[in-house]
Amino acid sequence: MDDKNTLVKVRNLKFARNDRMIFDGVDLDIQRGKVTVIMGPSGTGKTTLLRLIGRQIRPLEGTIEVDGEEVTTLSHRGLYELRKRMGMLFQNGALLTDLNVFDNIAYPLREHTNLSEELIRTLVIMKLQAVGLRGARDLMPAELSGGMARRVALARAIALDPMMIMYDEPFTGQDPISMGVLVRLIRNLNDALGLTSIVVSHDIEEASSIADYIYLLSGGKVVAHGTTEDLANSDSEWAQQFMNGKPDGPVPFHFQAAPYASDLNID
Amino acid sequence: MLNQLQIIGHKSLNFFQRLGRGHILIFDVLKGIASLLPRPRLVVQQLYSVGVLSLIIIVVSGFFVGMVMGLQGYNTLVDFGAEESLGVMVALSLVRELGPVVTALLFAGRAGSALTAEIGLMKATEQLSAMEMMAVDPIRRVLSPRFVAGFISMPLLAAMFSAVGVLGGFFVGVGLLGVDDGAYWSQMQASVDIYDDIYNGVIKSLVFGFVVTWIAIFEGYDAIPTSEGVSRATTRTVVHSSLAVLGLDFILTALMFN
Ligand SMILES: Nc1ncnc2c1ncn2[C@@H]1O[C@H](COP(=O)(O)OP(=O)(O)OP(=O)(O)O)[C@@H](O)[C@H]1O
Ligand SMILES: [Mg+2]
Repeated sequence: MDDKNTLVKVRNLKFARNDRMIFDGVDLDIQRGKVTVIMGPSGTGKTTLLRLIGRQIRPLEGTIEVDGEEVTTLSHRGLYELRKRMGMLFQNGALLTDLNVFDNIAYPLREHTNLSEELIRTLVIMKLQAVGLRGARDLMPAELSGGMARRVALARAIALDPMMIMYDEPFTGQDPISMGVLVRLIRNLNDALGLTSIVVSHDIEEASSIADYIYLLSGGKVVAHGTTEDLANSDSEWAQQFMNGKPDGPVPFHFQAAPYASDLNID
Repeated sequence: MLNQLQIIGHKSLNFFQRLGRGHILIFDVLKGIASLLPRPRLVVQQLYSVGVLSLIIIVVSGFFVGMVMGLQGYNTLVDFGAEESLGVMVALSLVRELGPVVTALLFAGRAGSALTAEIGLMKATEQLSAMEMMAVDPIRRVLSPRFVAGFISMPLLAAMFSAVGVLGGFFVGVGLLGVDDGAYWSQMQASVDIYDDIYNGVIKSLVFGFVVTWIAIFEGYDAIPTSEGVSRATTRTVVHSSLAVLGLDFILTALMFN
């Protein structure tokens, strides 16, 4: 693949939690300007992957390059400079509970820019309009539903117009209408602002409708990758099982465990 | 046997790891103070929630402690016909000992636990992670202002405690038990030394402020990010900082008034 077009380059990534390997040699390339969807069964480490890219945690082994910079060895200052260009939408929103919706979105602007309050207000209202929550600006995070909180968090993530956004399960908890709006929003943000988007999702339908490229993770490895059509037409068992939601196949539904019979004490 | 050794080993390893993390954290927090200079508002907000909101409990307790001392002191002193010295006794015990120590204990219960719970919950709800990803360092933005506020508040609260305590002693001793008004104040003025008593008391409360706030923010930041983890961390803050205050008080007293 062309190196200049790769924004995030992950090589031989290894990571373990409590002696359990979460990633065991993962290679990934995220193309600039594209929407890359990362799918995989619950608990495979999709959230963990995003955290590794943002260096909230460090890998055991391997390299993660973001925009040409090696994040695993970046200095504190370099890391914070890089993070200003990354947006992240957390799985539960992670809004600051002592600030209202407006101030939450204004927060990164106030922290990192010297814009006037007037300008900040304009920007915040625009971001809120984009996620359809302009009317909710005076509510506190505790007064929002889960889906609303996630949309506010999205508005916050795009406040600084980053070069890349990582979405952790943006579609869960959205009704069909806001789901459709969100799908289009992610796509539009990506294309209009020239962002790069990484979307972690379980929703095959929504995800494949916006994906330029899909990575399927399972058991600590990339088990399949390609464009939506590639995967749909692929004869890889992994791809077939995941894209069609079959319970049987190479992806185990169960978290690793002792044999069922022995757990029930039937010998 | 081997098993027990293993448990002991594991516990001590854990202990030393936590101790290490605590020291690294306080170092980072202190470094972060420089970044607060252009933004004093962050500290002022925390001074309000850490200091001002602790005022009521400090003032009320101070008054009661002062009244009790007036009562007890009078009963003891009157046997020797020395009840005129009540003011000295009340003032010295407050300024040297009770002011800093009781304030620190109350502070640990009132403000320390609140700090731990707040920071721990911010961690559990990923607010700290979200700040990191917004390129805002939570140590500088969240911990440092709270630390500075705690450190500044403690001596002020202790001074308030002692001042109100002296009034409480006055109220009981002079107001109710009939000790001479002039003697209460003049003997106090004559015997309380600025350096020996007040200065040392202030040093004590600065040390306590440092330690209690340190423990509180560390426990919150290091808490296991679950409801149970935060509740345990909050308990640990109160227990550990109370023990630390009492232990340090002994050491400091021994050094100062040997
Ligand atoms: N703090 C932690 N301590 C120990 N193990 C953890 C921790 N966080 C996550 N894990 C483990 O890491 C694995 C990956 O977790 P992660 O949250 O990345 O999964 P995920 O793919 O995002 O799942 P989901 O789709 O359900 O959100 C899980 O199996 C979990 O058990
Ligand atoms: Mg997840």
